[in-house]
Amino acid sequence: MAEYEAVIGLEIHVQLSTQTKMFCGCKLSFGDTPNTHTCPVCLGHPGTLPVPNHEAIRSAIKIGLALNCDIAPRSMFHRKNYFYPDLPKGYQISQFDPPICGEGELAGVQLERAHMEEDAAKNIHVGESGRVQGASRTVVDYNRGGTPLVEIVTKPDIHSGAQAREWLQLLRATVKQLGVSDVNMEEGSLRCDANISIRRVGQTELGTKTELKNMNSFRFIERGIDAEIARQTALLDVGEKVSQETLHFDPASGSLTSLRSKEEAHDYRYFPEPDLVPVAPSEALIDEIRASLPELPLQKAERYEKELGIATDTAKFLAFNADLGAYFESVLAVAGDGADTKRIGDWVTGELIARIGADANPAESKVTPEALARLIELVKEKAVNNTGAKLVLDKLVESGGDPDAIVESEGLAAMGDSDELAGIIDAALEANPKAADDMRAGNMKAIGAIIGFVMKQTQGRADGGEVTRIVREKLGL
Amino acid sequence: MRDLLNLTAAQAVAAIKIGEADASELHALYRERAGTESINSYVSVGDAVTPESVDAPLAGVPIAVKDLFCVEGIETRACSKILTGYIPPYTATAISKLQEAGASYLGKTNMDEFAMGSSNENSAFGAVRNPWDESRVPGGSSGGSAAAVAAGLAPWATGTDTGGSIRQPAAFCGLVGLKPTYGAISRYGMIAFASSLDQAGPITRDVTDAALMLKYMQGKDEMDSTSTGMNEDVATPSNESLAGKKFAIPAPIDWSGVQSGVKEVFDIACKRIEALGGELTEVPLPHADYALSAYYVIAPAEASANLSRFDGVRFGERAADPTGLTDMYERTRGEGFGPEVKRRIMLGTYALSSGYYDAYYNRAQQVRTKILEDYAAAFANCDFIITPTAPSVAFGIGEKIDDPLSMYLGDLFTVPVSLAGLPAISVPAGLATSDGSAAVEPDADGALPVGLQIVAPHFKENALLDAAYAFEKATDFADGPWTWSAS
Repeated sequence: MAEYEAVIGLEIHVQLSTQTKMFCGCKLSFGDTPNTHTCPVCLGHPGTLPVPNHEAIRSAIKIGLALNCDIAPRSMFHRKNYFYPDLPKGYQISQFDPPICGEGELAGVQLERAHMEEDAAKNIHVGESGRVQGASRTVVDYNRGGTPLVEIVTKPDIHSGAQAREWLQLLRATVKQLGVSDVNMEEGSLRCDANISIRRVGQTELGTKTELKNMNSFRFIERGIDAEIARQTALLDVGEKVSQETLHFDPASGSLTSLRSKEEAHDYRYFPEPDLVPVAPSEALIDEIRASLPELPLQKAERYEKELGIATDTAKFLAFNADLGAYFESVLAVAGDGADTKRIGDWVTGELIARIGADANPAESKVTPEALARLIELVKEKAVNNTGAKLVLDKLVESGGDPDAIVESEGLAAMGDSDELAGIIDAALEANPKAADDMRAGNMKAIGAIIGFVMKQTQGRADGGEVTRIVREKLGL
Repeated sequence: MRDLLNLTAAQAVAAIKIGEADASELHALYRERAGTESINSYVSVGDAVTPESVDAPLAGVPIAVKDLFCVEGIETRACSKILTGYIPPYTATAISKLQEAGASYLGKTNMDEFAMGSSNENSAFGAVRNPWDESRVPGGSSGGSAAAVAAGLAPWATGTDTGGSIRQPAAFCGLVGLKPTYGAISRYGMIAFASSLDQAGPITRDVTDAALMLKYMQGKDEMDSTSTGMNEDVATPSNESLAGKKFAIPAPIDWSGVQSGVKEVFDIACKRIEALGGELTEVPLPHADYALSAYYVIAPAEASANLSRFDGVRFGERAADPTGLTDMYERTRGEGFGPEVKRRIMLGTYALSSGYYDAYYNRAQQVRTKILEDYAAAFANCDFIITPTAPSVAFGIGEKIDDPLSMYLGDLFTVPVSLAGLPAISVPAGLATSDGSAAVEPDADGALPVGLQIVAPHFKENALLDAAYAFEKATDFADGPWTWSAS
């Protein structure tokens, strides 16, 4: 079987959270009563004209600078023509050439461009399926129509679903840090399409690409891309060709369905938007925006690693996952000076994530930063052992609360160097004479039986390390 | 007491201010006449109004509005079937500025559908008749506005000019038509034909009225990011000497397509300018020959996009019982647009389509840049450029309707100016015989007006108006048929 390499480019739409729409004064909002935020301009009434939103232009420049893009001294708006009920003017105002942000780079992935455009409205298909097929009628909510978007396009620099996912998480964290978008995938303020092709290793030209549309979670992006790579590989392996088409990934079944073939592709008839003058940001404005950039996730990861002694992977994981990073920082803040930053990092990225899920926002969980900080302190003080602490965390995730109280009520307090523990160890040695002999003979593996006995007797409250120390002492080892 | 209907707007303002006339009475007189007209210049007439104050700069003088301008609460259709029933929720900036200055809204005037045409025969409301000769067209697309003013049905009117739509009907109807510098007046609320060319302006009985209207229509508008307003205040035109002013004729002009009577009137006008002290000269405009071709690519290209919004989804007419989305689009647009509009949508869509974009649209934009450069070079050597406004006198209704190319050739002198975004005015220069064969005296039977087009550099409207005023004062051109007896 031939060795293949996947070549993936991403197109990411970021909805900007400006006060008003891209080309009119209507308020931006998500989830309000349909068609309550509209005006003659965003409804495309005859005679109306677009007026650019300067806050959106600033946000786009901000994103461009954070992604190390060249900011064009003069960029144009264009009309992208097509008919659809959710497009009031019959064209979308977008940017063709030049876009406001030219080539850039983020974490080794090269960017083609980042340009501004307005979002379409939303068609709602009324009928049993909720899809256009079989709908009895279609109604349109124009509240979203005219929302400012920045479309970020990467070069085909990504080679796996996992890499795409990790990079997107970094991108999302970066944009979130800028404060220009909610980057909420469920609400569609961050949307991602992937262009995927595969080629034999060593080959330079690209294979036929397919487009994977509208994936709304990082996990689905990774799975969808991997499924498509597998599908294309299987096709090539049996000597078939990949055909150019647009696909939809169904996370429930893990299957890919074709939306349309590229042969039906639109001729958008782009041309410069005559209703708008070119965007020409001054050097001073660009410098001012550059100076206002906050610490970005890549810088943050470096700081976590260097200043907080956190392992590289954990530091990246925290810094690239905006919600997790923010939560981590609040736990650090509560824990105060002298906190075990490495241990906090490990708990947040390990035990906590394992319980609430990698895509969840821990700030929305029942585990408050105060509770987690206290729990980690209890472990550090050996007031509760690791096993017990994990049980406490289970409780916290389930119903919140105070770790001290949970340790108390569940009887999880570590036993430490107590007389009770010494007594139980004596009983264990007595009940397992062969294990004691084996240890005396130099086989410390036999201690497993003793620890098992002690843990059973103490319902796990004993500390394994402490038990080992006492056993060695008692046996004179 | 003077006959109120024979006053220019500026004279009416003055009469009202000194109590010699009453604004309500004036409005009522015009309203009554507009309601009973026979030349089809109005598509609707507004309600009676009580002007708020005679202290306002325009003192309640009524104004007719081309149907291309949205007026809140009043059906606005750009004379297209597809906009049947459309009542805008807002008023065009140019109109609201006139209203704020005190002008009272008189009614909506007929026009070529979506401003596409040079004869006013493309209206869903039918052709307008030229009051000089009712078997002839008034010109277009602002034909209703021009005819209404020429027939004494309005003291003045707003028009819009994309490739000559103010200047040519003004010339055909013996009036003054001013196309200001592109951007001087806000386009907000003007139903778009070709955004990079569309320009609002006045159609008036004389140059003084044109200046007065420009004064109150112009201004930068935050609703139109391409609007600039004027660089200087618009002044009342003064009868300044033309001594030392250089008036250039583009050379060479191909006179073969120009009626001999039009050429004769133009020659007389040139002599008159010289008699006034002006200096005649020639300037090359080497790319002007390509202007019509470039214009008939760019304007339809922009129009094809601007007219996409008329899809039956949100406003206007929708085809009955559509079987699906595509059927709704196709039938709504198929039934709603007239033939000239469809022709231009097809042309524009083709010019923008992939594979043809570079050959047509891009090339046309390059030509446009060349034309701009030509004018910049020309104005280094002259103050004004002059041509006839149109190559012919008003032609017969139906005469050219089946020959769009010959119709497009009528824009020969106006289109290059539009591509360059320059200000230009058409002033009555004289009369020619009804077949355009010879210049004639005012009392000749069947005489038709010929316009002189004067073009100035960007934002030189005041100088342009002064020159036009001096020329106007020196003509013995008769008052048009707008000199009505009130009986």
